[in-house]
Amino acid sequence: MEALLKILTNLHPEVDFETSTDLVDGKIIDSFDIVSIISEINDEYDVVIPAEEIVPDNFNSAQALYELIVRLED
Amino acid sequence: MQRNILEYLEETVRKYPDKTAFANESMRMTFQEVSDASRSIGTCLLKKGYQKEPVVIYMKKHPHMIAAFWGAVYSGCFYVPMDEEMPAFRIDLIFRNLKPRAVICDETTCEQMKEFRDFDGEVLLYDEIAGESADHGLLGAVREAAIDTDPIYIVFTSGSTGVPKGVAACHRSVIDYVENLTEVLQISEKSVLANQAPLYFDACLKELFSSLKCGATTYLTPRSLFMFPVKLVEFLNEYKINTVCWVVSALTMISSTKTFDKIIPKYLRTVAFGSEVFPIRQFRLWKEALPDARFINLYGPTEATGMSCYYEVDRDFEEGEPIPIGRPFKNTEILLLDENNRVPRPGDPGEICIRGTALTLGYYGDHEKTDEVFVQNPLNPYYHERIYRTGDIGMRNERGELVFLSRKDHQIKHMGHRIELGEIEVHVNRLEGVRSACCIYDKEKEKITLFYTGDAQTKELVVSLRKTLPRYMAPNLVYALEEMPLTANGKIDRVKLLNMAQSKKI
Repeated sequence: MEALLKILTNLHPEVDFETSTDLVDGKIIDSFDIVSIISEINDEYDVVIPAEEIVPDNFNSAQALYELIVRLED
Repeated sequence: MQRNILEYLEETVRKYPDKTAFANESMRMTFQEVSDASRSIGTCLLKKGYQKEPVVIYMKKHPHMIAAFWGAVYSGCFYVPMDEEMPAFRIDLIFRNLKPRAVICDETTCEQMKEFRDFDGEVLLYDEIAGESADHGLLGAVREAAIDTDPIYIVFTSGSTGVPKGVAACHRSVIDYVENLTEVLQISEKSVLANQAPLYFDACLKELFSSLKCGATTYLTPRSLFMFPVKLVEFLNEYKINTVCWVVSALTMISSTKTFDKIIPKYLRTVAFGSEVFPIRQFRLWKEALPDARFINLYGPTEATGMSCYYEVDRDFEEGEPIPIGRPFKNTEILLLDENNRVPRPGDPGEICIRGTALTLGYYGDHEKTDEVFVQNPLNPYYHERIYRTGDIGMRNERGELVFLSRKDHQIKHMGHRIELGEIEVHVNRLEGVRSACCIYDKEKEKITLFYTGDAQTKELVVSLRKTLPRYMAPNLVYALEEMPLTANGKIDRVKLLNMAQSKKI
């Protein structure tokens, strides 16, 4: 989780990712961020997020994103 | 002889009055409705005394916004589309340059108008003016007196001094562009397009005029879909989209996430792309997914009205090889000029310079900046002939095709947006606690990286920057340094900064 928070904070130092739950719906992250997040997660966790998992629900909070990574790692 | 872009609309509405012109997920406008609304708006503007002046269209992306464009043109004015998500600071900068007397808003943007200190003109609500009855006699008289070199629109592009530049284009140039473009893309009334580009850039003319001239239907794709590839392709399939003209990053977002394993945009037959280099690996994924589609690379600066060159991909390319930008549209010539304003030898690089009908009227209210880049053709000492110096470096390959190589300054293309790194630096340097600032662009990772020195905290700096810069210009990575690396000449060492960014040794 810490590595993920670091990835996110690097993109948006002004956002508190531990509490935000509307990253997509609140227009906090945009399409550029999504592309970056996907590639950084790939580098950090060696996990490829498949296209069908790139949906708002999985990107609205750091927690949801982390759960996705854990699910994909299994 | 056609001399006004509205003749496209008038011809099309005669042929297909009830066909959908512009639509989004929740509403659609037929050509008749677009025509009626724009004539009403044109009449209203005229009756209020607006003519031959900029009318700002400040609305959320919506078919109504497009109808408002043509409304402004009906009145003999020119439209200035504004981004509803643009920071107020930037809008104020634009208002100061433009001094518009009228702004057309929708319900949501109308409230925001109060924030702009530099605007004291009239705010018109779309819903109120689009329903008024049109005065065809009045509109006819304006048309009669109009000439084809009158402006249609002004769109703003990044300026290295921190102030955006407004590029003004006229009917004649747009007509020339539309005729060329629709021929190359083979647009017909059967074309169904999904627009990606924001309506405040000239990139959206491809879809807008495909509809206006040929009776094609244009869907405005919700911006949020460009974050979610499967949903995006589902959108294309739901509306049976057969033509897209998108920036490369929107296309690679789909291919790089392996979306084609799940779903194919099965109706797509024409894929035009531009603004950036298409990585060959990603291009091949598209080609494999859509073996029967035509793929067309488009190239052109806003200053030469939309696009200037095209290349229909007709062969394979090696990885790392650039897809050519091909050859110019009719009535356009590309000159390559070296530092001494001479034509380089075949295969040697030169600055891409454009001559022809497509040249715009230059930067609104800024003769100095206009004269720097719209200059007398140095190869022609005999009569007045302007060329536009793009600042792009290109060459001709052994097949005679034009190939884009690089920029001669610090202008970049990022996610399809044209950005002067200098403009970002001006904004950073304005902030308290910043001693020096430098932006570099890591092309491979597609990241704008900002380095600065001073006491400013990174977090506060990012927050303040977002208040003044449009979203797409916000640096993707920000690093505070003790000292800025300098070259032997005492300039900021951009090469070293780039190396630091790429090796992450900061």
